[in-house]
Amino acid sequence: MSAAPGRIVEVNGPIVTVHLPQAALGEQVWVGNLALVGEVIGRDGERAIVQIYESTESLAPGQSAAPLGHPLAAELGPGLLGNIFDGLQRPLTEIMAQSGDRVARGLAIAPLDRGRRWNFTPTPGLQLGGAIAGGAVIGTVAETETVMHRILVPPDTGGELVELAPAGDYDVEQVIAQVRGHDGITRPLRLYHRWPVRRARPCAGRDRAAVPLVTGQRVLDTFFPLLKGGRAAVPGPFGAGKTMVQQQIARWADAGIMIYLGCGERGNELVEILETFPRLTDPHTGRSLMDRTLLVANTSNMPVVAREASIYMGVTLAEYYRDQGYDVVVVADSISRWAEALREVAGRLEQIPAEEGHPAYLASRLSAFYERAGQVRTLCGLPGSVSLIGAVSPPGGDFSEPVTSHTKDMVQVFWALSKELADARHYPAVDWTESYSGYVEAAAGWWADRVDSRWNTQRAEALSLLQKSDELARIVNLVGPEALSAAQRWVLEGAALIKEGLLQQSALDEVDSFCSPQRQFALLDLMLGIYRHGQELVDAGVPVQRLLQLPVLTRAKRAKTAYSNSQLEALGAFATEAGEAFRLLGQEYSGSERVAP
Amino acid sequence: MSAKEYRLTSALRGGLMFVRGVPGIGLGDRVSVRDPAGHRRDGQVIRTSEEMVLVQVFEGTDGLDLEQTWIRFLDQPFEVALSREMLGRVFNAVGEPLDDRPPVVSTLRRNVNGNPMNPAARTRPREFIQTGISAIDGLYSLVRGQKLPIFSGPGLPHNRLAAQIVRQARIIGAPGTFVVVFAAMGLSYADASFFQDDFERDGVLGNVVMYLNLASDPAIERLILPRTALTAAEYLAYDLGMHVMVILTDVTSYAEALREVAMARGDVPARKGYPGYLYSDLAEIFERAGRIRGRAGSITLMPVLSMPSDDITHPIPDLTGYITEGQIVLSRELYNQGIYPPVDILPSLSRLMKDGIGAGLTREDHSRVASQLYASYARAVEVRNLASIIGTDDLPDTDRRYLDFAGSMETRFVTQGENEERSIEDTLEVAWQLLSLLPPEELTRVRESDLAAHHVRTQTVLSP
Repeated sequence: MSAAPGRIVEVNGPIVTVHLPQAALGEQVWVGNLALVGEVIGRDGERAIVQIYESTESLAPGQSAAPLGHPLAAELGPGLLGNIFDGLQRPLTEIMAQSGDRVARGLAIAPLDRGRRWNFTPTPGLQLGGAIAGGAVIGTVAETETVMHRILVPPDTGGELVELAPAGDYDVEQVIAQVRGHDGITRPLRLYHRWPVRRARPCAGRDRAAVPLVTGQRVLDTFFPLLKGGRAAVPGPFGAGKTMVQQQIARWADAGIMIYLGCGERGNELVEILETFPRLTDPHTGRSLMDRTLLVANTSNMPVVAREASIYMGVTLAEYYRDQGYDVVVVADSISRWAEALREVAGRLEQIPAEEGHPAYLASRLSAFYERAGQVRTLCGLPGSVSLIGAVSPPGGDFSEPVTSHTKDMVQVFWALSKELADARHYPAVDWTESYSGYVEAAAGWWADRVDSRWNTQRAEALSLLQKSDELARIVNLVGPEALSAAQRWVLEGAALIKEGLLQQSALDEVDSFCSPQRQFALLDLMLGIYRHGQELVDAGVPVQRLLQLPVLTRAKRAKTAYSNSQLEALGAFATEAGEAFRLLGQEYSGSERVAP
Repeated sequence: MSAKEYRLTSALRGGLMFVRGVPGIGLGDRVSVRDPAGHRRDGQVIRTSEEMVLVQVFEGTDGLDLEQTWIRFLDQPFEVALSREMLGRVFNAVGEPLDDRPPVVSTLRRNVNGNPMNPAARTRPREFIQTGISAIDGLYSLVRGQKLPIFSGPGLPHNRLAAQIVRQARIIGAPGTFVVVFAAMGLSYADASFFQDDFERDGVLGNVVMYLNLASDPAIERLILPRTALTAAEYLAYDLGMHVMVILTDVTSYAEALREVAMARGDVPARKGYPGYLYSDLAEIFERAGRIRGRAGSITLMPVLSMPSDDITHPIPDLTGYITEGQIVLSRELYNQGIYPPVDILPSLSRLMKDGIGAGLTREDHSRVASQLYASYARAVEVRNLASIIGTDDLPDTDRRYLDFAGSMETRFVTQGENEERSIEDTLEVAWQLLSLLPPEELTRVRESDLAAHHVRTQTVLSP
């Protein structure tokens, strides 16, 4: 190490100034006696400003440093799924084997298991001497029971295929093909390749997103739908249930690949995923959820610079599976903690703060990150998508703060969580007035084809009922419920049906944790059907008190847990029964004098 | 130990020393400062360059000068000696005895910052801790290894509540109890001796390690104190297999000390003058709670913080709430009505509750009862707000029953004696008595079978 070309000049928290001419921005550098790794974020004359991914304790001026010659890159190949990595893609279970309960500093561990062999099948019909483009599939490996891993030619490595290994077992380091590039140089291909995390992976073109991401959560799918390839934000104050919403999506969304990105959040939340996912069954494939899941974890007590890098790591892994033709969902918890890491580094660099201490480039970094989501035509010709769902943790629950407001400019779906709803244990606490989805029209086509053509009108009716009820609730709060007309009181009950029977959904209830689109619509139809029956009776002069006493109302509110996804017929029978109860009540009053409402 | 002592201080400001011309000093290294009167002070390097070393002096910079102040760089990180003998002792922020007994002698010394716990090494906390306090056990159950803060305000009985929890906390059906690591930052002498007396009266003093920094002690010490205390707690929990309850009080004093140093350093402020790294700094402390796979012990962390002006959106409670696994919020309004413990039902929460309750742990109906109590109380508060405007006469009958329910929740369920210990069965029993005040059709969060088993239709079950 004495021959190292660089020397530490200053250590200020995670920022280390190194005398190191010729270092390039973004280049990886090792520093100090522990050979801690970081990346160059600035140059000042002969000095490089380096942000270090690990704690810089005991690092001293005068210690040596050297450039590594490449930027922070992800290793992309089979063996990623089912694993948990830190923000630098070091496998945390392997770290545990080497350094125990705590993450020691200066560990260099390869992301992919070098000892594991994979059964490789070359793509049929590939001709030696034929042209092969970057991003093409040269073969497959069964990564898990449900996921077929397509081995891709690195996007920047097209040319002539000069060698291809036969089917057989290979480890990730073995050469499985040789490609002669247009520059005449022959490059070996392995089961994995590297890609710099801060650079978006290329695709052949972008398409408009059109298919809803089914999460099984009624308030999301039915009211504020997200499309595959779309972008969503989940903002909410602490205790509003952000993590629970994110975990429910991670569990039940019909994603080909799920990437859960724990960025600056609690360690126990990742443990919960690690302990529960292997035992849960994916309702879409019938296999263990862990088969299609990978975790990137940089918890709040881990160093902030690696936290900043972790979201790029996560999205790069997502793009890699997208390029194999999968619909990938990235759930990032939380974007605010990433922004804080950015702010901390900016503060150490004494950059002039813009809003609330955040650097002026916060908005552009955020938009560049969200821009990596999308529905694409991949280089290998298959369609694929990356959907990004980011939690936002606004200080004090104030949605006007910089991270939330900039995020709002970037996303089409905004699932706003409300403290008031959470305080009333209305979960998921998605506020129907603050939330929105820009994908409703696009989703309507899918729902009409697959579920029911009335989806869009029913959805709109339910939302307007909620709105009317909110207005009436304001009146009630001023003058009491007696001031309302019978029809207005029935509106309140209609909204209560929607809220309790539809919007509220317990993640802990075995029957209701995942709700199929068909059952979502059946429940929506049931609540609105009851509301309309009642409306007719109220108009006909039946006292609203009599309606409110009907036992079917309580039963309707419990229908979500009483009828499972496979009991739609029984649910339909109940709807008929409810209609009958109203008809009988109406008969009691028909012919008799109209009773004043 | 490096023998060389320098007299090279070039500036002094707000607890910080700027030392010029000592190269090669490691970040985070411990230093020893000798003041003009010859007394020794502890310090730590917080920024280092070839030209200048910045040192934070824990005992403060008052009385130091540029001419007769000497500094020695010890070339080692901040470490504390660890041994079983710590139990029953009282220490200062850096682990030196305050109880007129000799220092802890041990060959085992650990860096107070430690390396971060590997999330993959954790295991989920899930053993229900019965605190004997209905509001907590029934609605916000605490589990072993959880971090659950008390959000309080000046003058509220957070210390009495914390002491009661420490006294009564136990695992149903498991022998033994908790050892306590008590970390006081900026606590008044009266509050500190309240705890000391309480531990003594309870006869548990031999199971308590105290780290004291009183209101009159230097503020900068508060930055190292929780780290020293948690290093001790980790040793007791993970090396010796004990179940440790850590009380950190008051986190607000800690955060204020952090702000003080940040300001003196010239860090860019984020909200209310607190540095942008307040979240990460608090997380480093709070995330040390938990359970580790394959280890017998656990660290349950109960930070106490007073919310400035009772404002829960203030950065300190706000960031704490984002890190911890729930919060117990105390209400001035309830306290002024003479209710103890004045637990504010709606904003309080325990995120890990679902893992620790239910059949085999507490009781099968526990989670539904909690959800129903909570939802009904939320509705009752709405009714109460309405009644304060239009009076109770115009309220429908059901709403009047909600009013009764709200009152009984506060006076029967939340209220209990400071020495009253209720079993979880008793707590759920009271809960069902209260729910029986409401008509069964209002109780949509419990099952029909729960209603059949527990709902008492007569409304005279409650004694006044």
